[in-house]
Amino acid sequence: MGLRLAKWSSKAVPEAVIELNQVSKRYGSGATAIEALSGLNLSVPRGCLYGLLGPNGAGKTTCLRILSTLLEPDSGAVRVGGLDALAQPRQVRELLGYVAQDVAIDKILSGRELLQLQGDLYHLNRAERDRRIEELSEVLGMDVWLDRRCGTYSGGMRRRLDLASGLLHRPAVLVLDEPTVGLDIESRAAIWRVLAQLRDQGTTVLLSSHYLEEVDALADELAIIDGGRVIAAGTPQVLKAALGGDRVTLRVREFSDEPEALRVQLLLQACAGVRQVVVNRSQGFSLNLVVEHDGVVEQLRQQLKQADLPVFALAQSKPSLDDVYLQATGRTLMDAELAIAGQRDPKAERKQAMR
Amino acid sequence: MTTTSAPATPTLAPAPGAPASAPRSALSELSQETLALTRRLFLQLARRPSTLVAGVLQPLIWLVLFGALFAKAPEGLLPEGMSYGRFLGAGVIVFTAFSGALNAGLPVMFDREFGFLNRLLVAPLRSRSSIVMASVLYITSLSLVQSLAIIATAALLGYGWPGGAGLLLVLVILLLLVFAVTAMSLGLAFALPGHIELIAVIFVANLPLLFASTALAPISFMPTWLGWLAALNPLTFAIEPIRAVYAGHFSLGEVVLVAPYGSLTGAACLGVLAVLALGLFLLIRPLLDRKLT
Repeated sequence: MGLRLAKWSSKAVPEAVIELNQVSKRYGSGATAIEALSGLNLSVPRGCLYGLLGPNGAGKTTCLRILSTLLEPDSGAVRVGGLDALAQPRQVRELLGYVAQDVAIDKILSGRELLQLQGDLYHLNRAERDRRIEELSEVLGMDVWLDRRCGTYSGGMRRRLDLASGLLHRPAVLVLDEPTVGLDIESRAAIWRVLAQLRDQGTTVLLSSHYLEEVDALADELAIIDGGRVIAAGTPQVLKAALGGDRVTLRVREFSDEPEALRVQLLLQACAGVRQVVVNRSQGFSLNLVVEHDGVVEQLRQQLKQADLPVFALAQSKPSLDDVYLQATGRTLMDAELAIAGQRDPKAERKQAMR
Repeated sequence: MTTTSAPATPTLAPAPGAPASAPRSALSELSQETLALTRRLFLQLARRPSTLVAGVLQPLIWLVLFGALFAKAPEGLLPEGMSYGRFLGAGVIVFTAFSGALNAGLPVMFDREFGFLNRLLVAPLRSRSSIVMASVLYITSLSLVQSLAIIATAALLGYGWPGGAGLLLVLVILLLLVFAVTAMSLGLAFALPGHIELIAVIFVANLPLLFASTALAPISFMPTWLGWLAALNPLTFAIEPIRAVYAGHFSLGEVVLVAPYGSLTGAACLGVLAVLALGLFLLIRPLLDRKLT
């Protein structure tokens, strides 16, 4: 492994392959300016499958576009594989495979022709290029349709083709912007499998996602990004463990009313080991609790029994990444998505992406 | 849809040891990327030949209809007693090359708008001017094919044939014009916000430039102001030498354009076109540098 990576770095393991230091980027100027990144710090260790989690509009795409040298930050330092991406963009492009979010393909070319073009742009010699296309076609299950025109491809096929074009030149670092958004389950699983396999073979993989479960299941480490900066970073286990406590959802009846829910809230808040009780009005006045440890749940049952209250349903879970996000921002990822949905201007965003 | 093969296929990540390709010279990498980009444009053309068909048909229609419109023009009206069809031939040839080159920016604009350009820009291109060079190569060859088709048709219609040496000269003149106009169109493709604006500019530029040139009528037919416009129009500098070639007496030292501001030889016309092509490429360079780096 040392040998294969020696090409671009000789430093001791583990060091950061991707480093963003105090990176800021603003689109437009004056009153309408949008601050996409404000002092973002990110450090991705070598050989890691790293997730960038955040709601739409958090700055994920801007961050990845800066990494892939498509965009220059207003300030801050960007290093990839030990190289300064601003001073040596061409060398960085050789290291990187970039799979963009909105895949631009040439509908009139076949998948194979597109990959051939891509191989030539990365200066592979013809034999290597064609051998590589065959390999990737097999691994990604593209052989059946690779010679059809791209215009006929489904979303999943397009995404696989794009993944293949990102991998064609065997990059040391693969950057993917929301690689599975809007995909069918099978294509998503296929892409997950390939990404995990790549990581196992030593490639550093950085992917952005607004799917909690994707990052949770896939990433070795992650950064949660919100409002253009990283608000939490680490392994999913550590981040969740740092929150502590278990999450409990309780329903005394299938349909409670507010007075009853408030009464139960008062009762439970008094119990030892209960940190927080919230009445969830949008879910039939169920109660969301944070408890210190497993034993507390049994005490709760007893308390309810003594107060002559039934238990319709009680679910206990470890904290999720959503709870991590909630803790850091005061809102759930879903709420953040909804809040942002109305504010985005697709036209302006397309302009930002246009050169 | 097929699924992926079993995990642990040892082919995804960087190969141990050797890099993917042996290092090669900058020139060979530059030609590899330029040819690959040019190939893409030709593949597009081959699968969507309507541009080519329209590009050949339109001037043919000009030639046949316009030629017929003035077929009964009194003899001796045009210089040297030329028939109108023969007079028109040079104009239509130049106009064909011109409008083809004017469209050069469209594919680039679509690549910008659809994000395909970004795919090219994340690749470690030796020089991003290969993107521009591919367009120039493509449009030049396309224009030459169209022009040859018109030259052949004009000959079949009895409007004359320039001869071997003459043909070569016609092609050189067309090349200069195509370079100049392609540079302008590519510049516009990077300067304008979208394809709607680009098409609008093409639409507005096309016909007026045709009418305000000597393609359809000699300067002597025009009111003074239009004569001035025509004499300054780049198309005229291409049309008049080609017309002289068709008249069968072209030499570089001979006067081919009698303009209000003086008479120009064939060599002077070629010089003007060369300066124009060079000037436009120099003019758009800063723009391309800004957009492509």
